[in-house]
Formats: sequence, structure tokens, C-alpha cells
Amino acid sequence: MSDVAERVKKIVVEHLGVEPDKVTEDASFIDDLGADSLDTVELVMAFEEEFGVEIPDDAAEKILTVKDAITYINEHQG
Amino acid sequence: MRRVVVTGLGLVTPLGGDVESSWRNILASKSGARQITRFDTEGHACTIACEVPMDGEEDALDMSKRVDHKIQRQVDLFIQFGIDAAGQAIEEAGLTDVSEEDAERIGCLIGSGIGGLPGIEKESIVLHERGPRRVSPHFVHGRLINLVSGQVSIKYGFTGPNHSVVTACSTGAHAIGDAARLIALDDADVMIAGGAESAICPLGIAGFAQAKALSTRNDDPAAASRPYDVDRDGFVMGEGAGIVVLEEMERAKARGATIYGEVVGYGLTGDAYHTTAPHPDGNGGFRAMRNALARAGIDPSGIDYINAHGTSTPLGDEIELGAVRRLFGSALDTASMSSTKSAIGHLLGGAGAVESIFCLLAMRDQVAPPTINLNNPSEGCKGVDLVPLHAKERRIDAVLNNSFGFGGTNASLVMKRV
Repeated sequence: MSDVAERVKKIVVEHLGVEPDKVTEDASFIDDLGADSLDTVELVMAFEEEFGVEIPDDAAEKILTVKDAITYINEHQG
Repeated sequence: MRRVVVTGLGLVTPLGGDVESSWRNILASKSGARQITRFDTEGHACTIACEVPMDGEEDALDMSKRVDHKIQRQVDLFIQFGIDAAGQAIEEAGLTDVSEEDAERIGCLIGSGIGGLPGIEKESIVLHERGPRRVSPHFVHGRLINLVSGQVSIKYGFTGPNHSVVTACSTGAHAIGDAARLIALDDADVMIAGGAESAICPLGIAGFAQAKALSTRNDDPAAASRPYDVDRDGFVMGEGAGIVVLEEMERAKARGATIYGEVVGYGLTGDAYHTTAPHPDGNGGFRAMRNALARAGIDPSGIDYINAHGTSTPLGDEIELGAVRRLFGSALDTASMSSTKSAIGHLLGGAGAVESIFCLLAMRDQVAPPTINLNNPSEGCKGVDLVPLHAKERRIDAVLNNSFGFGGTNASLVMKRV
């Protein structure tokens, strides 16, 4: 598993207070991990912090699963 | 009007994370004051406070027991303290699993004097240093005062009145008094009521210190809160929450509930004098007490124990005592009056509720909690039993609790055994 994936999952576990084994790549933040829409805003902010990327609102709206986040970060990290 | 009794108690105080540990330590004359651990106090005139014990300390609050991990990250401490204290009271009263119909008759009225000041301070620094896009999406609803009532209602599904009080240091007493009236007037059958506070942050301490309200006995925190003592020099900031379950009396009796006491009197007045100083003749406090006793239909001679506002400020303590003297006259000879702020500091918006709970426990155990550090009562205190240094066993059938706040807002509650 890539370093990005590990770090994304760690952030999700910490922010949403979920068990690490529930944070699979296919897991949806809202449907599977109990997040509400504001939690997803906070998660995106945490990803921006951790990886030094800027995620504009229109892109953030499309980050619905753990995998979406990992993919976006891999594609945009400088 | 319908009668209202107390059937559940919840406490988070600097002397313990629950009711029994807090009360045991109060009766043992312990102090909850210490050097502030929450932030670096370098440069502050006051470096001491009464902090709630957490994370492995003695009699600590175990926040994970009743507050979701996610909520702990999102909301200020006062809300977390409130959720835990409310949970204690709700569990005791057996309200954790109620029908939808019952839930519509259960409401929440929990206040705070200041609200989420630590979070406001922290987030304003984020805004200033890193810009608006780094401000937390949970910032607003994690700091709002009515969000203790909001969080508790969501957690337990209570869909009755959802309300809050903000009257500085009178908040907790006003919340209980107002909630009792909602039951008396048939707007609800059960109310979760009280106050919560946590303002031990750089801005909170600096603000009260600049108002010259805080003790600066930094080298001896345990002796700093000393109501009525000649050497008192201001209050010590406390934090925590006190929450009760109020219930319509017939409902409580029908289900065989433990009844701690009945809320029989409530008086509210305004000083209309000064934002921070009490009126010199104590007129506002006098009338609040008088009105509460009149509502209760109890003469001063029927009151056995008074939990004073008594914050340990040079001005306030004696003005309150003067008002009590004027109202009680010779009836004060047989009453005991103490300030538990000597032990746990001043919980601001939580104070009136926490102290109401101490009043109920005083009736339960027939013991008056002490005014610790009262080694040399000041001149105006002579002849009054202020329960110095040690708890005192005595008959206690009816109690009076005073809370007075900035803005000249006064609340008195009278409760008695059923």
C-alpha cells in the first residue's frame, strides 16, 4: 500500500473515530463511515494540510470515497 | 400549578468527573485549584484555576464514556462537560430509552455563561494567520451556548422544549428555575436542566484578570479561593457542569423514582446598577431571595442551609451576606451558609446548577459542605455559621441557593425535601 493511502486512512480514522479496518479504499465517507457533509469538508481540509495540495470546492465535491481522495492526491501532489 | 422534583443528578467538577467523587471531595475539604495546565501562563497576572481532572488523574472524568470521539474533536469542552453531566442524570433517571410519545414531553434547558471561548480564541488565530479557508466547518456549532441542549436532545431523542440560558454567573440557577416553570406550566413533563462552562483559556483568564476579578495568589492555589476570609483577593476560575433531571412530581412518584427534593421557590431580579459590581446595599440579591421564599411559601426560619454565591471577591461576599442578614434577621442564627466555590472555584455559568446539586446532596446526607480556607472571617461575617474549614452534620430540610451575575442579574432557588 502506498504511503499516500496510509496517510489518508490515518486521517480518516482520526477525524471520524472509526475502526481502521472499516476504512477500505471503496468505503464512502458518508454512506459507510458515518460522516456528514461538514465532516467531509473537514476531511478535505485535513488532506490539504497533510499533503500540501489545494483542493478546490468543485473537486472536493467529487471526493466521496477513500479511493477518490488517494487518487486526487496522487495526481495533484507536487 | 404542577409540582416539580429532581430525580437525576450529573456533575463534572474540578473535584471529580461524577457526582459521588465531587461530593466526597467537597466534604473532605479538598481544593480543586492548581497551576493552569491547559496553556502556557507566561505573562499572565493569574496562573491558577480549578481544572476538571482528566486523563488518568485522580477521580478523573472519562470523556470517552459518554461523548463520541468525533464530537470530542468538534466541540468546545463546555459542551462535552455538559453532555457527560446530562448523561449521568439521564441514566440515573432511567430516561435512556423512552417512547416517541414520552420524548415529546422531555426537553432540555442547559446554559453557559460564556460558551466556547477557547475555540473562538483558537480559531480566530487560525483565521488571522492562515486565512478563512482553514477555519473549521464545525466552528460555529461547536461553540454556541445552546448546543449543550442541542447535543443532548440529539443524543437521547428528546423532542420537547429545547432552550438555553445566558445570564453570566446566574445561568445555572436561572436554567433550573426556568425549566421547573416549563414543567409547572405543562409545557413538558421532564426537563434536563443546568449549566456548563469551560473558559480556562488565555483570553478567558486574561479578560477576568484585567477586570480585577481573579485571585492572584499564584504561589498557593489551594488557598486562593477563600470566601469571607479577610485575605480573600478575588475568585478562582473553575470549569465543569451541573445538570439535573426535573420531573413533574406525580410522574416521578408513579414510577418510584429517587426524589432528591422539590423545586419550590424561584426568584429573579436585576440590580440596574453596574455591569460588574453588585449594588452596595445588595438590594437585587435581597429581592431575589425574598421572592423565591415567597413563591415557596417558606419563612426564612424554615431555611436550614444557604449555598451562597460567595465568590471570594472583596466586595461581593459581604454585600451578599448583608442582604441575607437583612432578610433572615434572627433566623440566620439557626441556619448554616457556606460557599463551595472555596473548593471548586467559580464555574460561572455552571455554578448555580452545580451548587444546586450540592444543596440537594446536603439534604440527602444531612450535612452542610464547608467553606474551606475560612481561617479569619472578615468583620462583617461575625456571628454567622459559614461552616468554616470542615463539613458539618446537621438537620437540613430546606435550602436556598444564590447566584448573581455580571450585568446585575440575580437568581435564587429554594428546594426542600419531599
